[in-house]
Amino acid sequence: MTQAVAIPAPQPVSIPIREILPYAVLVTVLALAALYFVSTDNNAMTLMAEGYVHEFLHDGRHLMAFPCH
Amino acid sequence: MMRTLLVRGLLAGLLGGVVAAVFAYVVGQPLMDAAIEIEEAAAHGHDHGDELIGRGVQSTIGLLVAHAAYGVAIGGLFALLFALAYGRFGAWSPRAYAAVLAAGAFLAVSLVPFLAYPANPPGAGEGASVNARTGAYFGLLAISVVAAGIALYVATRLTGRWGGWNTGICLTAGYVAVVTVSGVLLPGFEEADGFPGELLWDFRVAALGDLVVFWVVLGVAFGALAQRSLAGHVSASAPATGRAGGGAPAGRR
Repeated sequence: MTQAVAIPAPQPVSIPIREILPYAVLVTVLALAALYFVSTDNNAMTLMAEGYVHEFLHDGRHLMAFPCH
Repeated sequence: MMRTLLVRGLLAGLLGGVVAAVFAYVVGQPLMDAAIEIEEAAAHGHDHGDELIGRGVQSTIGLLVAHAAYGVAIGGLFALLFALAYGRFGAWSPRAYAAVLAAGAFLAVSLVPFLAYPANPPGAGEGASVNARTGAYFGLLAISVVAAGIALYVATRLTGRWGGWNTGICLTAGYVAVVTVSGVLLPGFEEADGFPGELLWDFRVAALGDLVVFWVVLGVAFGALAQRSLAGHVSASAPATGRAGGGAPAGRR
């Protein structure tokens, strides 16, 4: 005669914060820099005064719903 | 493990950006062209005909690069969010975590700012107000992301005591209250006077569709990749880790 044995469900092992932290700092800084160029019209005025970056990314900015003119 | 997840986040984000760019090109670009024609006919907006970078480049390579850069950046941040959340809310599979987090991130990062400050085609927003509009948009985006982050953190503390369902309802209500009040208090911009309503609507639907396509592809692709890399990353016995803080698993998917 067999008996039903409860098999514990596999539990996901969370990743220690210690391991995430250095990646978090670097990725956040780099990602925010990239997002600044893509998403803000301001680079027309501040960086690249000529507006090359602004114009190159113009259509993507409009269609990703960021403010532009 | 973090390195693996990060690489997969960048890849899934890149894929999402490329697919969204194709969607934007097919659905959005005809509307963009129509809007620019109206803007130039009105002659009060800025001139798109005589630009440093031609419209042909902006609407193709520029569109793709903008989406790809956005995708890679968001994909990297999404991998961090996933790594922080995974295993801390219950015993869901990696792809269930990825799907839920992508849906939540779409809400906090894309949808909430969109509802308060919907996308405008060229010519439907005043050029002079672009700095004020940018400030208000990113102000609300920051409030939304911070509020969602706090809600997630509090959820890891409360789920054990209140259960996943009640915790989820209370924190979601709190988040919605915060962004609603913020959206009401922040300045509004109604500047599309005289711009054809139907074109404005179509453009906004296209822009929202662009964002939905991006987040869906990111969530599904990252989930598939994370499912494979985390396949062996489970412990067979019940309490996962002492630090999980999730208490009773909210349920398996």
